[in-house]
Amino acid sequence: MADVAVAHDQHAAHHTSSGLSNVKLAMWLFLGSECLLFGGLISTYMLYRGRVNEGPRPGQIFDIPFTSVSSFVLLMSSLTMVLAVSAAQRKDDRNMNLWLTATALLGATFVGGQVYEFTAFYREGLGFTTSLFSSSFYTLTGFHGVHVTIGVIMLMSLVGINKRSKIHGDRAEVVEMVGLYWHFVDVVWIVIFTLVYLIPT
Amino acid sequence: MNTTTEHATEHDHADAHDHAMTDAKYIRIALILAAITALEVSTYYVDFGPLFLPSLLIMMVIKFVMVVSYFMHLKFDSKVFSLMFYTGLGLAVSVYAVALATFKFFIS
Repeated sequence: MADVAVAHDQHAAHHTSSGLSNVKLAMWLFLGSECLLFGGLISTYMLYRGRVNEGPRPGQIFDIPFTSVSSFVLLMSSLTMVLAVSAAQRKDDRNMNLWLTATALLGATFVGGQVYEFTAFYREGLGFTTSLFSSSFYTLTGFHGVHVTIGVIMLMSLVGINKRSKIHGDRAEVVEMVGLYWHFVDVVWIVIFTLVYLIPT
Repeated sequence: MNTTTEHATEHDHADAHDHAMTDAKYIRIALILAAITALEVSTYYVDFGPLFLPSLLIMMVIKFVMVVSYFMHLKFDSKVFSLMFYTGLGLAVSVYAVALATFKFFIS
């Protein structure tokens, strides 16, 4: 009987005129619109990265080994996230919570690294209003950092709500939606890491 | 729900859940992504000459497509989701490429 109820819940989300999950459709539409937001921020940075009248230049201040480790941490968080989604689809609650927590910890490590990086840059004389480069750099990476922070909050909330068994409807789909958001944050960093850090001015 | 929609739903479910992506395959993809990242970082230390910029951009696109296709399941999901995402992405790339061209970014 319980199995029938679960099966009904899983299919209920797809009883739409399009035959697709509306939640998933909305999430992909949202991610498509996020491309425009980050596209604008990346383009602005590309235009202004060479505009340095005072303060350090990009090549003088970036710590590539440190940022490479941060990038690796975020990339691995995508693996733990997809393993959480996989566990949720198998209805394996224990592993799902484990992988969600691991993803949140990796995300928090990335944000911690970004806070450290910003602090180090500020001490070296790169304030938010020092130059057009610094303003566009902090705006772009700061926006991304805020997205990661929101993702970490979503992941921890999901673990907390799941432990109280308060997720209604298709649990796997809820985890998948948070996963889509998380992977998007990762792909944005893939672009930022190459265009901002690895390609010199 | 009419028959066509039911078929579409069943087909989407089959696509979404029968793509045979196992945890081992996810780990393999993550290892490939890690290897590409290591290669990207190596361009900072090793002189790639004229291949520097194209190789970095190609590796970036490969990583992007791999995460979106496999980790986000876009390769196995309904084409409507791909349309939603890639329309936004294509619009962003084209609009901002034109904006950057207006500021003579590519000439400088």
